[in-house]
Amino acid sequence: MDIRVHGPKAIAAERAAVDSVLGAPVPLTGHAARSRRDLLLPALHAVQSRFGWLTPGALNYISERLTVPPAELFGVATFYHLFSLTPQPPHVIYVCDDIACRIQGAEVRCAKFEAEFGPADNPVAKNGVTWRRSPCLGQCERAPATLVIEAGEAPLSYSLLQEEGLIPQFGQPRLRLLRRIGRVDPESVEAYRSDGGYRALERAIQLGPQEVIREVIASNLVGRGGAAFPTGRKWDAVAKAVARPHYVVCNADESEPGTFKDRILMEGDPFAVIEGMTIAAYATASERGYIYIRGEYPLATRRVDAAIRAARVAGLLGNDILGSGFSFDIEVRRGAGAYICGEETALFNSIEGKRGEPRNKPPFPVQAGLFGKPTVINNVETLVNVPLIILDGGQAFAGVGTSGSTGPKLFCLSGHIVRPGLYEVPFGCTLREVIEMAGGVPNGKQIQAILLGGAAGTFIGPEKLDVPLTFEGTRAIGATLGSGVVMIFDETVDMTDILTRVAAFFRDESCGQCVPCRVGTVRQEELLARLKSGKTIGTKADELALLKEIGQAMRDASICGLGQTASNAIESALANLKLPIL
Amino acid sequence: MSTSDPIWFTPPPRPSRPPAPPEQPEATQVDIRIDGQPARVPGTMTILEACRSRGIDTPTLCYLENLTPVNVCRVCVVELAGARTLAPACSRKVEAGMDIQTNSDRVKLARKMVLEFLGSSVDLSTAPQAQSYIKRYEARPERYGSDVETVDQPVKIDNDLYVRDYSKCILCYKCVEACGTDAQNTFAIAVAARGFDARISTENDVPLPESACVYCGNCIGVCPTGALMFKSEYEMRQAGTWDETRQTKTDTICPYCGVGCTLTLHTQDNRIVKVTSPLDVDVTHGHLCIKGRFGFEFVQNREENSGSDG
Amino acid sequence: MVFGAGGGTNSYQEIEETDVILLWGSNARETHPIFFHHLLKGVRNGARLYAIDPRRTSSVQWADVWAGLDVGTDIALANGVAREIIAAGLENKEFIHNATTGFDEYRRSVEPYTLDYVERETGVPAHVIRDMAHMYARAHRAMICWTLGITEHHNAVDNVLALINLALLTGHVGKYGSGLNPLRGQNNVQGGGDMGALPDRLTGFQHVENAAFREKFEKHWSAKIPAQKGWHLSQMFEAMERGELRALYVIGENPLQSEADQNHARHRLESLDFLVAQDMFLTKTAELADVVLPASAGWCETEGTVTNSERRVQRVRKALDAPPGARDDIAILFDVARRMGHDFGQPVAENIWSEVRALSPAHAGMSYARLEASKGLQWPCYDENHPGELYLHSRLWERPVRGPRVSFMPVEHDPPVEKLSAEFPLRLTTGRRLDEYNTGVQTSAYPSPLRRGETLDLSPEDAERLGVTDGELVRVLSRRGSVTVPVRRDHSLRPGLTFMTLHFPDDVATNLLTIDATDPKSGTAEFKAAAVRVEKV
Repeated sequence: MDIRVHGPKAIAAERAAVDSVLGAPVPLTGHAARSRRDLLLPALHAVQSRFGWLTPGALNYISERLTVPPAELFGVATFYHLFSLTPQPPHVIYVCDDIACRIQGAEVRCAKFEAEFGPADNPVAKNGVTWRRSPCLGQCERAPATLVIEAGEAPLSYSLLQEEGLIPQFGQPRLRLLRRIGRVDPESVEAYRSDGGYRALERAIQLGPQEVIREVIASNLVGRGGAAFPTGRKWDAVAKAVARPHYVVCNADESEPGTFKDRILMEGDPFAVIEGMTIAAYATASERGYIYIRGEYPLATRRVDAAIRAARVAGLLGNDILGSGFSFDIEVRRGAGAYICGEETALFNSIEGKRGEPRNKPPFPVQAGLFGKPTVINNVETLVNVPLIILDGGQAFAGVGTSGSTGPKLFCLSGHIVRPGLYEVPFGCTLREVIEMAGGVPNGKQIQAILLGGAAGTFIGPEKLDVPLTFEGTRAIGATLGSGVVMIFDETVDMTDILTRVAAFFRDESCGQCVPCRVGTVRQEELLARLKSGKTIGTKADELALLKEIGQAMRDASICGLGQTASNAIESALANLKLPIL
Repeated sequence: MSTSDPIWFTPPPRPSRPPAPPEQPEATQVDIRIDGQPARVPGTMTILEACRSRGIDTPTLCYLENLTPVNVCRVCVVELAGARTLAPACSRKVEAGMDIQTNSDRVKLARKMVLEFLGSSVDLSTAPQAQSYIKRYEARPERYGSDVETVDQPVKIDNDLYVRDYSKCILCYKCVEACGTDAQNTFAIAVAARGFDARISTENDVPLPESACVYCGNCIGVCPTGALMFKSEYEMRQAGTWDETRQTKTDTICPYCGVGCTLTLHTQDNRIVKVTSPLDVDVTHGHLCIKGRFGFEFVQNREENSGSDG
Repeated sequence: MVFGAGGGTNSYQEIEETDVILLWGSNARETHPIFFHHLLKGVRNGARLYAIDPRRTSSVQWADVWAGLDVGTDIALANGVAREIIAAGLENKEFIHNATTGFDEYRRSVEPYTLDYVERETGVPAHVIRDMAHMYARAHRAMICWTLGITEHHNAVDNVLALINLALLTGHVGKYGSGLNPLRGQNNVQGGGDMGALPDRLTGFQHVENAAFREKFEKHWSAKIPAQKGWHLSQMFEAMERGELRALYVIGENPLQSEADQNHARHRLESLDFLVAQDMFLTKTAELADVVLPASAGWCETEGTVTNSERRVQRVRKALDAPPGARDDIAILFDVARRMGHDFGQPVAENIWSEVRALSPAHAGMSYARLEASKGLQWPCYDENHPGELYLHSRLWERPVRGPRVSFMPVEHDPPVEKLSAEFPLRLTTGRRLDEYNTGVQTSAYPSPLRRGETLDLSPEDAERLGVTDGELVRVLSRRGSVTVPVRRDHSLRPGLTFMTLHFPDDVATNLLTIDATDPKSGTAEFKAAAVRVEKV
């Protein structure tokens, strides 16, 4: 197409960074030239990690190589918070100041970095280092969390605290989902296989695609990402879809504040994720899969990347897997700092090299998903359940838990808890049991509030501790399980401050596409600030009525789950907790 | 070609029937209810089309017949029985058995709030349609107080044809669509950044003359709020001489190439003050090029000109 | 014309649903931007776009395949495509057998155009030619669209015939989404021809040398019509040269600046006994005239119709009062007639249109009321119940074919008249820009932000070889004249090819350079191929 590129030409290093992802330049025209836009995000990552920002020359080069018009490229690049369009120091420290870290000394941490490196986002920081505040980094079990991203010829990203692989239940015999974490070498396909790995895929191939789907339907497995949709029905719809090709996408863009289960699964048992995806692909006749991993999860990305390569070498990905004639391969895509990309259709757009804006549904992903084709999209934890179902049988899996919530479930415990971390329990445990399992509230403090399901979830008071942690149990008290977040706030916490942070989170993470969410999240935040400061417009009751209307409009009229749930936590806190602002 | 060829002299016979496009399977009819009234409509219709076919006036801001629905403004939402959230009428197709409420309390609240959100953050002074909806839904943008975030910013005047005042932008995406795949395919503008900071922008916010813009004006043609405006209109408005009550609109055909685009000439005091194209003309679908939209000056100042085209 | 009437055989909507598009000698992205919107819808719907153009224009940049041929080698390429189609057995045998004549002769005529020969002659790689041939022939639907890159040559009609032959060979005509489409360069080129503003045609493409047609018109007009066809533009200029044409009435044209070889054109116009110019401007031609008749602007100051490239007759309407003294063209013509002793009646556009309907069967069904109510009607439209034809020649797909079969018209490659030489080693071709139009009279009045004045566009390689950079003034010389113009390096040009427009004749008279070698059949000049030399100044 006739794109017009102005400004600087790329220098050799910029071209090399882009070519490292796109390969050496080959002249492409027409449809062929326009068909590679899904490499846009990887190309931007390559430039960001090489130079620490998206240099104009490199952007122009990407525009030309992928025939993406510069204005669109700018629109995509400015969508993601891990990309910088202006020069910045090569080392950036991201300090989480979100709710779980907030109550564990995030502000102290920020003050320390400020003293050492100057004000946040300082573009001319000392020693090539700057720092900035970040929404939840998905490391709530080791709050306050910090992520370091170093750009350069040998770019590196890591968490400041590297206590990886530690799960509180390590060594317990009844673990299913977590049984290999910390025990089986996550970088060895042999270790995985000798621990029973890939037996499920072998079994699936014996069963055949239809039988695999029947087992998954029989298991009553529902999605663990938050929406709790029956997995078997998704697979069945894609398997039956006439349009081709089919895709399998693993949603590993875990960004719900308080959630870190998928990170630990990918870091500790990456082959299980790949095996689950491969079985999904086999059942739905998909030849290509993508795993979209949060940009803030460098170790998980490395582990999954390595596991995919090892699986290819072992003939477990690629052509003719296990001699079955079935072919499937997986590409890794990294997010770049956008909570919204955890929404499945936003994730598709992100993979396709577009802005991560959600699409209206219907059509649903099983009809028109990635690249407009029938797509299975499952969360990491969901896929890790799949090998269990295939090996034990759907009936057996359905026998665990309750009739409405089957199988094992992971819960992310954080906040004021003695042993924060990831816990596996069969569905049916009560909230109290889970909290006790994690050692209860430290220092003899009382529980003031519990957040279930993350920022899009629900605050409940301590009087609800006996709620069973099942989909139906939480629904009965007007709460949600969401992604399995259990965050505990003791009596000392200023909940108004927490609510303000939640409101700021949604304002920051709204994609801006639809009016209710784009403006509603801002008006919600402003209103909370007015309540907090006491400078209300009219009476407090007027403000609370307006807050309700804002919430209702966002819930009813927003395009996607972000806007639809952006008022949940705040409204539930106002309803369920005794807050001083009321 | 030769003049002795017999068909040269005699027009060929007419075909036995007029040529027509390949037949499409007829859309199946579905039974739905709109505001309690049963209706039978083609299954290919959107809810908006179904409502309009029944004379129900559904407000829209980001919708336009010649663009792909983006369903972002959400002012057209309707309530579907059994659905958790409201649905955008502009893009949602009807389905058999759908029970649609266009005026329920939830619908009215959502529409009112959307209009309040826009009215409290955007200058709607040149958006008569939005203003009329604000009245209709009794929206009160002022109830958020004066200390609220808005998109207020300086006007961008960087060329002789367009003025861009993004203080008036409701981010309906229409201009991006018209500049992009829906018509012009130039992609000079896109949505950049996100959340409340999301905005229509060239790459790095460069002025239009440094962008890919080819000044077709199709973005102006679709803008519902006057954020994008002919410079001539902007200047007349500044001077207080813009008066739509004294304007007439006349459809004619563009004087340039042989595509035959319909131009609607907006004239005031025997001068062309603006050029648009009707959406329902198959040649243009409402879109023009720089010459058709802006190249009319030569008839206005004829005394100063000389020379002509061959 | 092979088909009996000159007009695009398809409608714009069809290109949105076709499978293969050959865009031949057309930078429609800039010269027909709204047609290109339709074309891009087709591309977005999956159509494969082939662009045949010496320059890598903005249109070409959308193409799946660019056939970057040397200027003036279109027939060689078309015949090469045809030979490859036949060699591969991909010709539409059923269509050829039932709907055409002269295939054997055609096959023999293209036989010498082997891929090797055509690659050498055109510069287009053999594999591109083969791909184009196979994809065009195999397509379910395919359209060929062209503009002045085909017709501004000394063998313009042969160029068109070469393309028509391809459509006949493959059966890509007379069907939805398949056909042949010249994109008209001016808003009523199509209508002018349809109305009989051709030297050999009466209204509705009815030939003037056909006695029956003549008789019909003579009866209606109560006047005698010359039984021989007249001269086309170039023949008129030649007749001026010979002193046979002594008086000229020019309506809405500026031949002094728009004709090739401008010095020559001026000399011829000055030699006339009597020159009348009827125009909305005092053109350079009008400045030479003995009588100037100021006219109103047809498209916004008068009522009437124009016809577009998809044969759609559309209403133009009066939106403005013309300036004092300027009059409607038809009012002027009616007055001239009256002075000559003929009363044409009231100069009302609708009355004239009613006459068109009475005389031209193809327009008979288009009442003013229907034209008003619809957004225009496509000819042929035989009666008031006829919807107008979406695409032409569907009769060729009826079995048996209704009416006469269509004949292949073998044509031979004939390179541009002006060969490149050591003295004039560069090829100069001309064309339009998006925001400008012809000699700039209409467009120079509006403040286009894209306007950048005339330049000599050179390939970066040639610029380097000549040691010139952007903005540097150079002298461009042809055998006929020279101009001084700034240089602009242009990556869309290949070495050896240069480009100029005709938009700024008062600053840079490009037509001092162009050659007035014209096509004997159509009278079009070879604007697309002059030989030039560039000198530093």
